[in-house]
Amino acid sequence: MTVALEVKGVNKRFGGLQALNDVNLLVDEGRIHAIIGPNGAGKSTLLNCFVGRLNPDSGTVIFDGKNLIGRLPHQINQAGVSRVFQTPEIFGELSVIENVMIPALAHRDGIFELNALKPLRREKDIRDKAVDVLDDLGMADKLDMNAASMSRGDKRRLEMAMGLVQEPKLLLLDEPTAGMSRADTNNTIDVLKHIGESRGITMIIIEHDMHVVFSLANKISVLAQGTVIAEDAPENIKGNPKVQEAYLGGAH
Amino acid sequence: MELSAFLLQVLNGLDKGSAYALIALGLTLIFGTLGVVNFAHGALFMIGAFCAITVQRLLSISVVTLDETKTDFLGNPLKIRTPYVEQWFGESIGQGLIDWSVPLAILFAIPVMLLIGFAMERGLIKHFYKRPHSDQILVTFGLAIVLQEIIKAYFGANQIPAPAPSAFIGSFDFGVFIGFDPGTLIYPYWRIVYFLFAMFIIAAVFAFLQFTTFGMVVRAGMADRETVGLLGIDIDKRFTIMFGIAAAVAGMAGVMYTPINPPNYTIGMDFLVISFVVVVVGGMGSLGGAVLAGFILGILESFASMREVIEAIPGINQVVIYLVAILILLARPRGLLGRKGVMES
Amino acid sequence: MLGLSRNDFLMLLFVLVLVAAAPIILNPFPEGSNFAQFNAGYPDLMQRFVIFGIFAIGFNILFGLTGYLSFGHAAFLGAGSYAGVWMLKLLTINVIPAIIISTVVAGIFSLFIGFISLRRSGIYFSILTLAFAQMSFALAASVLTPITGGETGLQTALNDPRVLDGGATGGNIPAPSLFGLEMGHSWKVAVGDWIWTFNVGYYLCAFVLLIVFYIAIRIFRSPFGMMLKAIKSNSQRLSYTGISPRPYTLAAFVISGMYAGLAGGLMVAMDPLAGPERMQWTASGEVVLMSILGGVGTLVGPVLGAGIIKYFENIFSKINDGLLHQWFSFMPDGIENVIVGIIHPFVGKGWHLSLGLMFMLVVIFLPGGLVGGINGLFRRLFRRRSQ
Repeated sequence: MTVALEVKGVNKRFGGLQALNDVNLLVDEGRIHAIIGPNGAGKSTLLNCFVGRLNPDSGTVIFDGKNLIGRLPHQINQAGVSRVFQTPEIFGELSVIENVMIPALAHRDGIFELNALKPLRREKDIRDKAVDVLDDLGMADKLDMNAASMSRGDKRRLEMAMGLVQEPKLLLLDEPTAGMSRADTNNTIDVLKHIGESRGITMIIIEHDMHVVFSLANKISVLAQGTVIAEDAPENIKGNPKVQEAYLGGAH
Repeated sequence: MELSAFLLQVLNGLDKGSAYALIALGLTLIFGTLGVVNFAHGALFMIGAFCAITVQRLLSISVVTLDETKTDFLGNPLKIRTPYVEQWFGESIGQGLIDWSVPLAILFAIPVMLLIGFAMERGLIKHFYKRPHSDQILVTFGLAIVLQEIIKAYFGANQIPAPAPSAFIGSFDFGVFIGFDPGTLIYPYWRIVYFLFAMFIIAAVFAFLQFTTFGMVVRAGMADRETVGLLGIDIDKRFTIMFGIAAAVAGMAGVMYTPINPPNYTIGMDFLVISFVVVVVGGMGSLGGAVLAGFILGILESFASMREVIEAIPGINQVVIYLVAILILLARPRGLLGRKGVMES
Repeated sequence: MLGLSRNDFLMLLFVLVLVAAAPIILNPFPEGSNFAQFNAGYPDLMQRFVIFGIFAIGFNILFGLTGYLSFGHAAFLGAGSYAGVWMLKLLTINVIPAIIISTVVAGIFSLFIGFISLRRSGIYFSILTLAFAQMSFALAASVLTPITGGETGLQTALNDPRVLDGGATGGNIPAPSLFGLEMGHSWKVAVGDWIWTFNVGYYLCAFVLLIVFYIAIRIFRSPFGMMLKAIKSNSQRLSYTGISPRPYTLAAFVISGMYAGLAGGLMVAMDPLAGPERMQWTASGEVVLMSILGGVGTLVGPVLGAGIIKYFENIFSKINDGLLHQWFSFMPDGIENVIVGIIHPFVGKGWHLSLGLMFMLVVIFLPGGLVGGINGLFRRLFRRRSQ
């Protein structure tokens, strides 16, 4: 099986806190890889290092044969890595469909295109693509709604649509179902599973909801205090004593 | 360049730098605490200057008496104008009061400026905290124009002189103290007063913010307004007071500046633009930065207007502030001492 | 139609009718009547409406869409003006090359300033643009005197070479023209007591306004325009979707700089004169106020804002006590004097006071400027028409 993403020896320090301590990961292509761990384990910090939001102090993140460290966010995205943010970062003043068309255009046209006189209405293909994705996520009736005025759950789904519409090679999902109803969560699981299988998108997912993790993941890495303490198939993770200690030991 | 000439330019820059620093201090307090772009801040400086003019005029209100023993050239009894203050307090005290009208105006300006500041914040600015910056710019710009026009309607458009007390007229010969020839390094007394006054006000504001609980809350509010609000502290009332203080600082700077530059109604706008540059070069949200940048730019401006410098680089005196501002902002993204994330979007 | 949606096409048509009929619409009062003072349908003022409208439309492409507030756009208007006068001096008195070169020169100048200033955002960007413009102003007034004519400014002269026209012709300095048709030429039409003035220069400006207004609509409705709005909304997020915000903002900056240069070129085409004060911060501030007053990010707003500010400047400033007494002469003397006394501070030399008060009233009662505020009112009145 080929490796989609290889993380080697990533360290990150914030003042006195060692947020990431020699993190190593191998993410297989076309699989869904979950990263779990207690709060403050460094999961979001790790994702931030993948997309250029943070620069680690040392280590490499190899994707598609290229080191992502030191590249700018838009370059990393153009290389095929899309991220779904934990707190929805959408374009509040724009409509739902526009929010999804932007990443779709970025995927087609690259980092810059001076299409200042081309009517947006003529971008039929892009629009159809965006509508399809929104339809998959059950938002086809909200296309022209103002993004800022949506419920929190809808914003999460919009975030996901913005990632999916790019058909990335690697999709990073930061707690994609937080704040969603049980029904929406199940729908999201189905959509991710379906897309993952049909298009062969590699996914890294950070999640607290174990129902989501065990429904989706092919492989799970457990992060505690900035270090990977276990990496295994889902069925083996539950019985791993180190994992139990990290979760239970950190809880008292 | 001779050392004395060098020192002279530093001194010359100090008073302008003091004015920049005082205005910028108030501006950045309002920026930092309230998040409001206040284009009316220059108008507060101007109103302060006209407080000095008002006090001067009030003290000079005279009673007219007829002196029957003397006649004017038409043969009528001579009219003698005696200021009331001389009538009430005797001639020497009265004349002293008039002579000292500019420093005395500080006592008048503080309550007036505090009131104007409170009224402005409660009546207008308060409603614009959550509005976009563009709305804040339009409303404060409109207010500045209105204030200017009101002053123009009462005081006219011409510059009105307000001399310093006679005790401070003349210059101090610094040079002889440090071994230069007499007359090479002289500096007007009033400018020394202005500089010392500015240092005192700046120190007072810093001490107030540093050593009082009130100041601590305000500084916390500048760093993270929402969190402080969540702690259940009534930050709004404190911000109103902060606005009043910023207004008073600008007003006092205006009062004391009148002997250096006779004010007219546009003096505030003239200072405002450079003060904005000063605030930003100092770094948004940084009080120390504003003061530092005020003095640096004031002194550089003074150097650039030296004959030798202009001959070497023509036009430099006109552009030095802006040129330095550009260079500093390019070298340091958030100005000299700015913090991340303040007014960047 | 023309690549526009139905609503946009109707808006363009509406603006077309307005500017075409402006000499009639802006002269509602018969000549010689008490209120003829309020007529704005004379060429000089109408040209200013349209030219500043163009300036504000362009400014709004940058500020309204991306949220980047430039405080130095007058520098591009000034640079365009100087370039335009030089074309009239060196090449030909025909205004077409002057207008084109003005736009190009301003474009290059804005590319340079934009490239540097856009390294920063927020207020830091605003101050960088302000600093560049103030430097341009100071240099134009002093060191660059050979190019700019210093403080007195640059104008056409009798002995200008005018290579294409064949140099000096007669005893008079030739007036700017469009293939021989002089800009200052007007046809006056009297209908009853009304006099309408149809001026060549005005209609050239109006024609240009329609073109650039059309281009602005296209930009607003393009993918490019959508990216600019996304930059204003959340520029960080945009970079995580694979878009680099810098080239987009730079393109918007240059486009708006070219609009400013075009406005400067039209100014010298109407009156072949350029001075450094055109670059001063007050001139930059004026276009900011025009945009905000009319409505940031709206298409018609900036034109409206430009018109209102120029109307105040030219009409309110000319109302004096004599006129006021004339208007209210039908009233008893005592009341007449009281009313004139009340109005007096707001007109004539006090017109700034009215302007300042209007700024405050508009922004207090109509958040989002005139267009934004009126839209909001309508939406509240007809809640069901949500779009």
